[in-house]
Amino acid sequence: MAEKVLMKGNEALAEAAIRAGCKLFFGYPITPQTELAAYMAKRMPKIGGVYLQAESEVAAINMVYGASAAGKRVMTSSSSPGVSLKQEGISYLIGADLPALIINIQRGGPGLGGIQPSQADYWQATRATGHGDGQIIVFAPSTVQEMADLVASAFDLGDNYRMPVMILADGLLGQMMEPVELPEPLGDAALPARPWALTGHHGQRSHQVVNSLFLDAQELEDSIVRRFQRYEQVRKNEQRAECYLTEDAEVVAVAYGAAARVVRSAVNKLRQEGLKAGLIRPISLWPYPVDVLEHQVGISKAFMTVELSMGQMVDDVRLAVAGRRPVNYFNHTGGIVPTPEEVAVALRRVLAGEELHIVPFHSKLKGEQQ
Amino acid sequence: MSAPTTEKQSEKILFSRPKALAEVLTNYCPGCSHGIIQRLVAECLDDLGIEGRTIGVCPVGCSVTAYDFYNCDMTQAAHGRAPAVATGIKRALPDSMVFTYQGDGDLASIGMAETVHAATRGEKITVIFVNNAIYGMTGGQMAPTSLPGQVTQTSPYGRDVAAAGYPVRVCELLSSLDGVALAERVTVNNPKNVRAAKKAIRKGLEYQMEGLGYSIIEVVATCPTNWGMEPKDAFEWLADNMLPYYPLGVYKDIKAVGGSAAVADEVGNG
Repeated sequence: MAEKVLMKGNEALAEAAIRAGCKLFFGYPITPQTELAAYMAKRMPKIGGVYLQAESEVAAINMVYGASAAGKRVMTSSSSPGVSLKQEGISYLIGADLPALIINIQRGGPGLGGIQPSQADYWQATRATGHGDGQIIVFAPSTVQEMADLVASAFDLGDNYRMPVMILADGLLGQMMEPVELPEPLGDAALPARPWALTGHHGQRSHQVVNSLFLDAQELEDSIVRRFQRYEQVRKNEQRAECYLTEDAEVVAVAYGAAARVVRSAVNKLRQEGLKAGLIRPISLWPYPVDVLEHQVGISKAFMTVELSMGQMVDDVRLAVAGRRPVNYFNHTGGIVPTPEEVAVALRRVLAGEELHIVPFHSKLKGEQQ
Repeated sequence: MSAPTTEKQSEKILFSRPKALAEVLTNYCPGCSHGIIQRLVAECLDDLGIEGRTIGVCPVGCSVTAYDFYNCDMTQAAHGRAPAVATGIKRALPDSMVFTYQGDGDLASIGMAETVHAATRGEKITVIFVNNAIYGMTGGQMAPTSLPGQVTQTSPYGRDVAAAGYPVRVCELLSSLDGVALAERVTVNNPKNVRAAKKAIRKGLEYQMEGLGYSIIEVVATCPTNWGMEPKDAFEWLADNMLPYYPLGVYKDIKAVGGSAAVADEVGNG
């Protein structure tokens, strides 16, 4: 077993990427992902890799496109406003069936927002990665260890399904330090072949094209349908979630990333009081772990998401629960992280059959905290 | 593809399709300069024997479907982003040869940031910049290089520089950057200039092979369809109007004395 080291989440993501065979990093400075780029700037030249600070987020994602088209494992990292700028390039990656790792260390929005932790890019990541029909795989780690572990999966799934993968974390996870056990470095020989890549034909094959343009409508539809057939496989095979004390839970909180850490404490607190609370923690946000929720509908009386946004993932829980149980949500946004006590109060009220609403609920809640 | 074999010793093939140019119909309008320019690029790939290690990048514009016209590996890029995509390819595969083929709207408007920064980084790529002073693919809108007073779909009363600003002289602009190895403006309005254009394109590719930095060959070109002219008239309009504003010549040559040459004396329509 490898030795554990104390690392920031941002640094763990970077080191894990290098160990997964990522040889090129293109990015643009933005808080709170700074440590990731700084780590890459230090490490990449030492391993014969490329660190390049692009002139913009737009350029960075297009450099990723070029390096991926050339057959290399490549990544970029940014934070919410920067990821908005990358959406054009992500759409082209999707359309050209190119794998790439995109890290979003979320901060508050909209606009310039703030630099505190946030989960307000859920819709952007799962619904709106640029124009056109398309999806990317989205993973949401909740510990530094999981950040390191998910990087290798992200690269592998990207190669396997030929699509971009995002790791959606936040400023809290990016900047906190935890002990982490890093995977062994992957040799180049262990990387999957990319026979479709543009490497120059060297007189050995006919020319290859990486392209997202189909001027013939039928060809475009066919290409999209083929891609969505692949998405069906992703939906079937790649749902990931952690279930915590859910087997007998009467009320289940659904939370991912940093929010899930708070909810876990709240669930422990309620269990000590004898209340049957549980936590479902989606690890894959797309594909959403609907199978786990489907199973839980048969067990629990009510659901509640806890999000660092005005309630975005709650849409996916509602789709999965499909009206069979009440689905509430409790949130803070703008960079405020809820306390376990707040969450515990909210869960207790949901269990008592109350319907929770957002902002007015916050002010009412204040007097009830224990 | 390959030149037809001949039994008679006396027969000599003077003209055939370059090997690097695919045997497909292009989608260019009759009389368009793209056909000439793309052929020149293909001839240079043949002459230098680099087709097998070349990757071309064609972004949005009339030339976007050029990925089908070359026999080397090709990728299409988002509007203006070809220099960034080319950077990614070249950094991933330093031994490859990478060229972009960009129009004026792509290079000098929506992709100006990518252009300037790829140039100043000295990315070892070769940029073929086709300046025809108009957006061709979308049907003739004002371009960053449309001339003062030029009538287009979106400057119906002529380009008013008080409102729309002045045209961008790309070679002049980029020639101040240390990362640029070659910045040369050519045109293809007559055989002499076509030969000079080929020489410049070849030089740009050679500079890339030598790892000297970013090279750009600006080709002043026509768009008869959107200019609303016969091809022959378009070339005359080019000589009378574009070349005075966009003088031909070498604006930066890292190998020239002092690294940067003055505008060549060959100004005008040659």
